[in-house]
Amino acid sequence: MTQLNTPVARVSDPGHRPTPPPSVPRRRRPIRGTRRAFWLFVSPFFLGLLIFSIIALFWGFYLSFTRAVATITPTDFVGFDNYVSLLTDPSFLSSLLSFTVFAVLVVPTTLIVSLVLAMLVANLPVARAFFRSVFFLPTAFSYVIASLIWKLGIFSGSTSSVANSVLSSLGLPTVDAWLTQSPYYWVVIVSVRLWLQVGFYMLLFIAGLQRIPETLYEAAAIDGLSRGPRRFFSITWPQLRPTTAAVMLLLLVAAFQAFDEFYNLVRTIPSVRPPLLYIYNLSFQQLDYGKGSAGAFVVTAIVVLVALLQSRFFGFGAADETKAPRRGARKGRAS
Amino acid sequence: MSVVGNPVRRRVELTFRYAVLIVLALLFLMPLYVMVKTAVSQPEDVTSKTFVWWPANPNWGKFAEIFADERFGQSLVTSAIMAVSMTVGQIIIGALAGYGLARIPNRASKPLLALTVTMLLIPSATTFLPNYLIVSWLGWTESLQGIVIPTLFTAFNVFLFRQFFISFPRELEEAGKLDGLGYIGTFVRVVLPNSLAFAAALTVLGFLGAWNAFLWPLVVAGTGFGALTVQVYLSSFITAQTFDYTGLFAAGFLASIPVLLVFILLQRWLLRGVAETGLGGA
Repeated sequence: MTQLNTPVARVSDPGHRPTPPPSVPRRRRPIRGTRRAFWLFVSPFFLGLLIFSIIALFWGFYLSFTRAVATITPTDFVGFDNYVSLLTDPSFLSSLLSFTVFAVLVVPTTLIVSLVLAMLVANLPVARAFFRSVFFLPTAFSYVIASLIWKLGIFSGSTSSVANSVLSSLGLPTVDAWLTQSPYYWVVIVSVRLWLQVGFYMLLFIAGLQRIPETLYEAAAIDGLSRGPRRFFSITWPQLRPTTAAVMLLLLVAAFQAFDEFYNLVRTIPSVRPPLLYIYNLSFQQLDYGKGSAGAFVVTAIVVLVALLQSRFFGFGAADETKAPRRGARKGRAS
Repeated sequence: MSVVGNPVRRRVELTFRYAVLIVLALLFLMPLYVMVKTAVSQPEDVTSKTFVWWPANPNWGKFAEIFADERFGQSLVTSAIMAVSMTVGQIIIGALAGYGLARIPNRASKPLLALTVTMLLIPSATTFLPNYLIVSWLGWTESLQGIVIPTLFTAFNVFLFRQFFISFPRELEEAGKLDGLGYIGTFVRVVLPNSLAFAAALTVLGFLGAWNAFLWPLVVAGTGFGALTVQVYLSSFITAQTFDYTGLFAAGFLASIPVLLVFILLQRWLLRGVAETGLGGA
């Protein structure tokens, strides 16, 4: 769940929220040792942040302009060579393509499945907690364990494996090599991520559904709109918009950072190598830290750009009360 | 969800819904069934040409047998030390900084908060290379401190704790101060005991993430013996050609017991953790 941390945090980004002025308590005499206490509390974090994030980032940035092969203290400044060689490297471009295919497959699937699960579970009269737990349970497992089950269990290619048994019982031809043939490997890769993360997004959707005022449904019922797809599209879906936008952003950022399942399932197949695996190979197999750093910055830039663009187009940032009126206005125009 | 409609139709609808849910629940539990089934399978079950629902003669001893490989037991211990120290460290450092930013007046707190929020924007997974440079410069590769220490300073926790302490009832703190407690005393005696639920939610979430971490331990320690976590160790068998399938599944199941226990025993906190972190603005 670590990889979720950064994007999740952005959901409640306070960037534009007016920070309560730190001087508020000054109305009374400042307590003795206030300054010392402040630094005592915050310095462990900010010292660590300085060393392990800020210096690290500047160092990586510097390396991206040097020839740094098998060394982290290079002396050979090469300007933009690493960036040029990266952006003209067919395998980097194909890694961006891999990501695009992956995102196109995994984002809508996870979104739809988690929304359907949420709608099935949300107002269940009996055993709601049970079903919610069952769908949420997989999120506790690691990508390594799930990859193990998927690769050597469900999709092992043997005729006695679950996937092939299902196929043959349906009278369909079995697949011997799920992980080396396109498009079969996409089935494996997408389903493993779906299993692992859909429960988390289901929880977000359940919370979103619970925020929809019951009066809206009552009003719709009076208007003769009591059931079915029309009710869904005229009330539920528009009301869920902030949740949907957040989930989409989280899914997209998470997909961009996909590494574990690709590493464990299809590491040897060059045609499915997402950006992070490409950077990993560059840095830790070819030991090219310079080009690897350039790759890390390009990928970071793309992730941040995608996040910003999406927040612009989808009116994301619901936590941001200060902007709420404007967002409402924008939504109004769109509809 | 339907508020109106005739009762018969509603009952049919509900029955259908439960049927769908039961099928889906079985589908979601199927991978765990496959894991346990394969773990206790005999060699002839594995090579069988047809699907076996359950081995005729389950080999439960497999779960003990795999400890013959000392490195497996060691990797479990390494993972436990790593996950616990990461989680505890992140919570302590995050709570301290969050409280400082939320409650102790200082001119620096505004720019420091802005810095923290900026760090939230940087995708964590793409910083593994710059972080590795520092670890390597410190000479910490293939060591537990190399894996743990750089992860302790998460802007995410600081930010969440700050948000939490901002809305902490001031009256409680005032009472502490009247009793002559300073900032540290107030924090330890008054604020912390009243923040345990929030801290527990973040701890549970953090532990799952730490126990399941893969990319960072792989980068820092590789598959060498220095600090081999159980995830990295098992991965080395998945990606190589392996022959002891059943042993690998047994190991996978044992490596999942901590997260299963957390899920079963502490699910309340886990759900709260998701609510605190994921639902903030969704």
